[in-house]
Amino acid sequence: MGYKGKFKVWRGDASGGDLKDFEVEINEGEVVLDIIHRLQATQAPDMACRWNCKAGKCGSCSAEINGKPRLMCMTRMSTFEQDETVTVTPLRTFPVIKDLVTDVGFNYAKAREVKSFTPPKDLLPGEYRMQQIDVERSQEFRKCIECYLCQNTCHAVRDHEENKDNFSGPRYLMRVAELDMHPLDTADRKNSAQEEHGLGFCNITKCCTEVCPEHIRITDNALIPMKERVVDRKYDPLVWLGNKIRRRTSSDA
Amino acid sequence: MATDTIAPGPEAPAPLSPARAQIEQKTLRTDRWWLSPLLTMLVLVAFIFYATFRAFQNADYYTGNLISPFYSPCIATKCVPGSSLGGFKPFGDWWSISPALLILIFPLGFRMTCYYYRKAYYRAFWQSPPACAVAEPHGKYTGERRFPLILNNSHRYFFYAGLIFNTILSWDAILAFRNPAGQWGHMSVGTLVLIANAVLLWVYSLSCHSCRHIMGGKLKHFSKHPLRYKGWTLVSKLNHKHMLFAWVSLFGVALTDAYVALVANGTFSNPTFF
Ligand code: SF4
Ligand code: SF4
Ligand code: FES
Ligand code: FES
Repeated sequence: MGYKGKFKVWRGDASGGDLKDFEVEINEGEVVLDIIHRLQATQAPDMACRWNCKAGKCGSCSAEINGKPRLMCMTRMSTFEQDETVTVTPLRTFPVIKDLVTDVGFNYAKAREVKSFTPPKDLLPGEYRMQQIDVERSQEFRKCIECYLCQNTCHAVRDHEENKDNFSGPRYLMRVAELDMHPLDTADRKNSAQEEHGLGFCNITKCCTEVCPEHIRITDNALIPMKERVVDRKYDPLVWLGNKIRRRTSSDA
Repeated sequence: MATDTIAPGPEAPAPLSPARAQIEQKTLRTDRWWLSPLLTMLVLVAFIFYATFRAFQNADYYTGNLISPFYSPCIATKCVPGSSLGGFKPFGDWWSISPALLILIFPLGFRMTCYYYRKAYYRAFWQSPPACAVAEPHGKYTGERRFPLILNNSHRYFFYAGLIFNTILSWDAILAFRNPAGQWGHMSVGTLVLIANAVLLWVYSLSCHSCRHIMGGKLKHFSKHPLRYKGWTLVSKLNHKHMLFAWVSLFGVALTDAYVALVANGTFSNPTFF
């Protein structure tokens, strides 16, 4: 059954903007992105939004819906009451370009800062041999669709612009963890996780996990394990002593 | 692009990057996001009050066969006769205040540095953040990079200490198979209470993130360590419910202590099975 629903959508750009009210037709089975498209088609042809797949797989349509960072294409209208006003705003943490579209370049910059996969020198491509159980753990992280909802929600940068330089955010700390757990990676990632990528900023409050549309358990399976690995390297006197005594050059077991 | 041409005037409030979408409201969430941190705070405050009172009370912690987890091991000379573990009392007469204060730092430190409780108190007390996508009230944020919060990295040491305490509390549960006169072969509701408490504490400790790491999480090659991989898989399963175990075991400790206190001060007698 269709009904007239109330929407508030943030409209503007870097110079300013505010929430604009709309009344719009809503039909059974629709998602928030459908409604934004209907607004474009019927009332606000210049409203900017980014989308691609409408299937929760491209990570383009990230926005904040009633204050919660979500994918517009995966947020069903049936989750709202019919008389509820649905408020849609752009991601808060990144510079806005126009309306619901933000500049997510921060994330590309942080991605580039992660040292790429470093296999042993004498191992040629094509010679990689790994056991399934050794790669399994990091496969969960490969489900990421790069929607940046986690990066947007992490309070370390969301509420503190000044931390952006020193903090890579959950998505890229997870990448560091993924590589550190990779059976063939030889790079030292423990020091860099803490010193370059700012793992210490994370206070494991789990908002990245809460908003991840792929339900990746970012905090439990990537960030906390990475924190423990950093403790091995930097803060554990026993491990440090053990390494000294055994003169191990690498702590990778 | 608009950003190049329009500089924010001095009067424009630009707390964050001026290029961000300017939205006044600290959050637009419409659900009851404040409920969970509020409940967390109330429960933790209640526990802290109760535990502080009991820790300083220095009474009603031993009944002859049951000992309160707040006072075990009782290691001061002034401990109630029979309450110390095998007569081990390295702290002499000079320790005149409650013997609970000698040991509580370990369970307290274990929970304070626990990854789950960290989340809980950062959200409920520090409000950083109070809930996801709700702005925190602080002007600056340095996370766990500096003193004192960097000390949370010591969690694994409290985990080891916790294992020792769990062993002692398990032994206490075995000692509860006696009657108040010290004869073996008896069992009471108190025995069940102490057993339940010990089991909950073991489950809480075994589901710990540091435990998961030590068990096998630190390895790069699970395939080379099949036993540790098994252990890791098992701990991972428990770890999934770590939050639940954290709360249940906290209630467990408080209720066990309350039970022992009520029996010790004679409010009711511990019903015996045999
Ligand atoms: S768990 Fe850490 S990385 Fe994830 S949102 Fe919280 S502070 Fe940020
Ligand atoms: S980890 Fe999850 S929330 Fe973060 S970018 Fe990937 S899919 Fe999005
Ligand atoms: S449009 Fe692709 S994730 Fe929403
Ligand atoms: S993480 Fe909670 S006890 Fe270790």
